[in-house]
Amino acid sequence: MNLHEYQSKQIFSKYGIPIPRGRVAANSSEAKQIAEELSGRVVVKSQVLVGGRGKAGGIRLAKSAEQAEELATLILGMEIKGLPVRKVLIDEAVGIDKEIYLSITNDRSTRQPIMMASGEGGVEIEEVALRAPEKIIKVLIDPLLGLREFQSRDIAVSMDLPKEYWRPFIQIAEGLWRVYSENDATLVEINPLVITKDKRLLALDGKMSIDENGLFRHSEIAEKRDLDVEAPPEIEARKYGLSYIKLDGEIGCMVNGAGLAMATMDIIKLSGGSPANFLDIGGGAGADKVAAALRIILSDGNVRAVLINIFGGITRCDEVARGILSAISEVQPKVPMVVRLVGTNAEGGRHLLANANLITAETLVEAAQKSVAVVREVTP
Amino acid sequence: MSILINKNSRILVQGVTGHEGLFHTQQMVEYGTHVVAGVTPGKGGDWVLDGKVPVFDSTKVAVDATGANVSVIFVPARFSTDAIFEAADAGIPLIFCITEGIPIQDMMRVRTYLNQKGVRLVGPNCPGALTPGEAKAGIIPGNIAIPGNIGVVSRSGTLTYEVLYALKLKGMGVSTCVGIGGDPVIGMNFIEILGLFEADPFTDYVVLIGEIGGSEEERAAEYISRYMTKPVVGFIAGQTAPPGKRMGHAGAIIERGSGTAADKIRALANSGVVVARHPEEIPDLLIS
Repeated sequence: MNLHEYQSKQIFSKYGIPIPRGRVAANSSEAKQIAEELSGRVVVKSQVLVGGRGKAGGIRLAKSAEQAEELATLILGMEIKGLPVRKVLIDEAVGIDKEIYLSITNDRSTRQPIMMASGEGGVEIEEVALRAPEKIIKVLIDPLLGLREFQSRDIAVSMDLPKEYWRPFIQIAEGLWRVYSENDATLVEINPLVITKDKRLLALDGKMSIDENGLFRHSEIAEKRDLDVEAPPEIEARKYGLSYIKLDGEIGCMVNGAGLAMATMDIIKLSGGSPANFLDIGGGAGADKVAAALRIILSDGNVRAVLINIFGGITRCDEVARGILSAISEVQPKVPMVVRLVGTNAEGGRHLLANANLITAETLVEAAQKSVAVVREVTP
Repeated sequence: MSILINKNSRILVQGVTGHEGLFHTQQMVEYGTHVVAGVTPGKGGDWVLDGKVPVFDSTKVAVDATGANVSVIFVPARFSTDAIFEAADAGIPLIFCITEGIPIQDMMRVRTYLNQKGVRLVGPNCPGALTPGEAKAGIIPGNIAIPGNIGVVSRSGTLTYEVLYALKLKGMGVSTCVGIGGDPVIGMNFIEILGLFEADPFTDYVVLIGEIGGSEEERAAEYISRYMTKPVVGFIAGQTAPPGKRMGHAGAIIERGSGTAADKIRALANSGVVVARHPEEIPDLLIS
């Protein structure tokens, strides 16, 4: 789960990381008022969970409170990469001498947190990483020891940071480590961390991603979830413990297990069709879950057939079959359905479905080929 | 023969009295696995499964009383991290954590601690292991595989079952099947399991089932080309999956473009692995 810039910076601030003065506004008059409090020169920043806000015109400098109001009106009416701008952050404008990049994320290959920093921060940081990888300083952090002071100091030295900034930089790095480790973050990023013309270090931007599995111990963060970034069916799916991602094809898929769901999509493609979605009903899928899954799949108007592939392990096929029957009577699907049940209680499941008007299959390949064939029949 | 577990393994189940824990303990016992103890704090002194398995309050006491040397964890996610530390502290050398939903940072701490102790962990969020005809630790259905000489290692759950079942239908047997789990931070990885299969005299072929994300398959490919003499057949799920949405730059900087199905398939093929187009093709590829 990703946090907005203003939410991330508020958290940073609690951990002693200096941020610009500023507040978030939901309309242009609020924006004007905040700009007046900050005495005029401000940056108006769209709060949407996508990259490239600046390039899309979603971050603008205002020279007066009146101009801030105008820009807020403009930006609050924008959509950036398909997402509506509902809030703008009004931050004091500062003079910038230098831009630094600083982040902590999970390094999958070493299974440790990694701090990355560069003296060439800013929007082109990925370019820097490609062009001059030696300019990205990487330090692995022992998860049991935490970030040690010498590590932060080494980073400051490696970036050629002037000596008078070492102390404040070390404090920011330590603050960032605490933000990361105390909030179950998977990413904390300051880009840029600037040296201002009046010689302060300031986190101008902030990003945080939180581990979904860690949210149970951070209810105050869980409340910050922005539902705009998720399609309504995905939100609905989460309510039932399903995992759903919409795609562009015509064969809806209902599968238990993420790996098998992906393999089922792959085999549909291999058979000449294209999957309409990824849907993992998870373990122990009862009737209500199956019904919800079917509703969500059929909410996509492109779906011409549904393929249900269940390999019963923990999940019992007879239970799934009952779910399919009650889902059919509730949802009344108008598209053909291909069902394949294998594993625990598959026999019983198939018996239950014998009288429903369904196409059945024994193997995965057969199931995929039959779904592709019925789609061709219904779409001349 | 087998890797990790066999008929002599003395298995302890943490979370034995829970709904899932009890159901799967019963399945393990019915399969003939030596389940010697269960642990549920507060239920010490009870017995489950008609007096077949004694329940203890603590893992340490259970190990002292029964000589358990493998733990299988079914406790809910928010208690699992502690359960893993508890098992390691009690001196259990091999832990299977079936539970899903454990926070990544917890797992990073667990990994660091277990490495220092020399304790092996499989999982979390995994189906465990099955040595057909001998023992099972976890939730892989026992009836979908027969004993044989093929080692199976996988990041998935049900996709693994699909492969075991396809092998069984062709009369092909398995030495051991290990599901290592699909979380970003896990215990034993492909390379460690491949090493065990390479050294196991009763495994002649290996099936590796991967999926998109991370770079474990790429690393496995490098290991295979350098150290494996036994033939390996692979499959990668997720060839049609859309690229994930990503925030910030850090992920792009450290992972730089790796992790797609095409990358992984290429890496495996370059290491001499025969890569199947779909799971049901695997038995035929093993025959040829």
